[in-house]
Amino acid sequence: MNPLLYVAQRGTAVILAVAVAVHLGTILYAVRGGLTAGEILGRTQGNRAFLAFYGVFVIAAAIHAPIGLRSILREWTGWRGRSLDGAMLAVSALLVVLGLRAALAVYIA
Amino acid sequence: MNAPIPNAALNGRAVEPATGAMLTVRIRRDGGFQTFAVARRPAQTILDVVTEIQREQDPTLAYRFACRVGMCGSCAMMVNGRPRWTCRTRVAAVAASDGLTLEPLRNLPVVKDLAVDMEPFFEKWTAAHGAFEPGDAPTVDFAVVAPDSPERRAVDAGIECINCGVCYAACDVVTWNPDYLGPAALNRAWTLVNDVRDRGREARLEAVSGDAGCQSCHTHMSCTESCPKALAPTFAIAGLKRETAKASLRRLGARRFRRSA
Repeated sequence: MNPLLYVAQRGTAVILAVAVAVHLGTILYAVRGGLTAGEILGRTQGNRAFLAFYGVFVIAAAIHAPIGLRSILREWTGWRGRSLDGAMLAVSALLVVLGLRAALAVYIA
Repeated sequence: MNAPIPNAALNGRAVEPATGAMLTVRIRRDGGFQTFAVARRPAQTILDVVTEIQREQDPTLAYRFACRVGMCGSCAMMVNGRPRWTCRTRVAAVAASDGLTLEPLRNLPVVKDLAVDMEPFFEKWTAAHGAFEPGDAPTVDFAVVAPDSPERRAVDAGIECINCGVCYAACDVVTWNPDYLGPAALNRAWTLVNDVRDRGREARLEAVSGDAGCQSCHTHMSCTESCPKALAPTFAIAGLKRETAKASLRRLGARRFRRSA
């Protein structure tokens, strides 16, 4: 692993540690009182803080996950070289697109 | 700084075997296991066992040793699945129910029976820039190194390695990724990174980075647990991860600076 990838993975891990805790905490808190989907969407709609939080979360995950996945694939399948790096860039792009699409959907909805 | 010999962990178990007790020794050879029976003796080491087999039962058995006292690091092999110095491992400490399984060191090509080819191990030592780099011109004066400086202490923590290959055999990352430099080579590189007289720091940090380098370590700590000298290559590798990260960020900053200038 290139040292810059290492730094990127460790840096995003710090962001994800906080983001995942907030994410799970919010889910537990939101469903505790029996909020409906409509009520949740009512709170997220137009909420820029919500969009910014999930935007950062998605981008951190899209950087973090493919770097780890690359190491796992290298060790367990022997897949090496540019094709692997290209595939991991594609995974990263997919995570960004799907993640931001979901965050935007509940922001606009 | 030798680790206490395994017998110290016996916790009062009898070291002396019962009279007439026999040891069943399974040795990996020629793609299978061959079984030998050897008499249990007081204070018997694994090296004593293989020597007795070779002298009394099968002179074709190949194994390697030199000093017999834990100085040379040439007698290591897998004892009941764990890499150990055979000269410093007593049978009483490791033989459960009078059985012993001996195999050549893991992660290295076998030459014959229990002797492995150490060349890949030393090639990686070289690839990790394991030799002191004095620079182009010799320094004009002695380097003054304070014994209690952080750099010197970091060197001290790893300097006693004698290249026995135990950590290399214990490392799962080497098994998964045969290119991985391994704990011994990276530990050596770390001692040199902290040597203030060394002039090869940047090249060495480059050499220990990448998919074969320190970033591939999973921090399982198998090397640290197995090291007969009680060294901690895991911490040396963690140090290299920090220094290579700093160096790469510095290089990135320098490139940006040059581009903007």
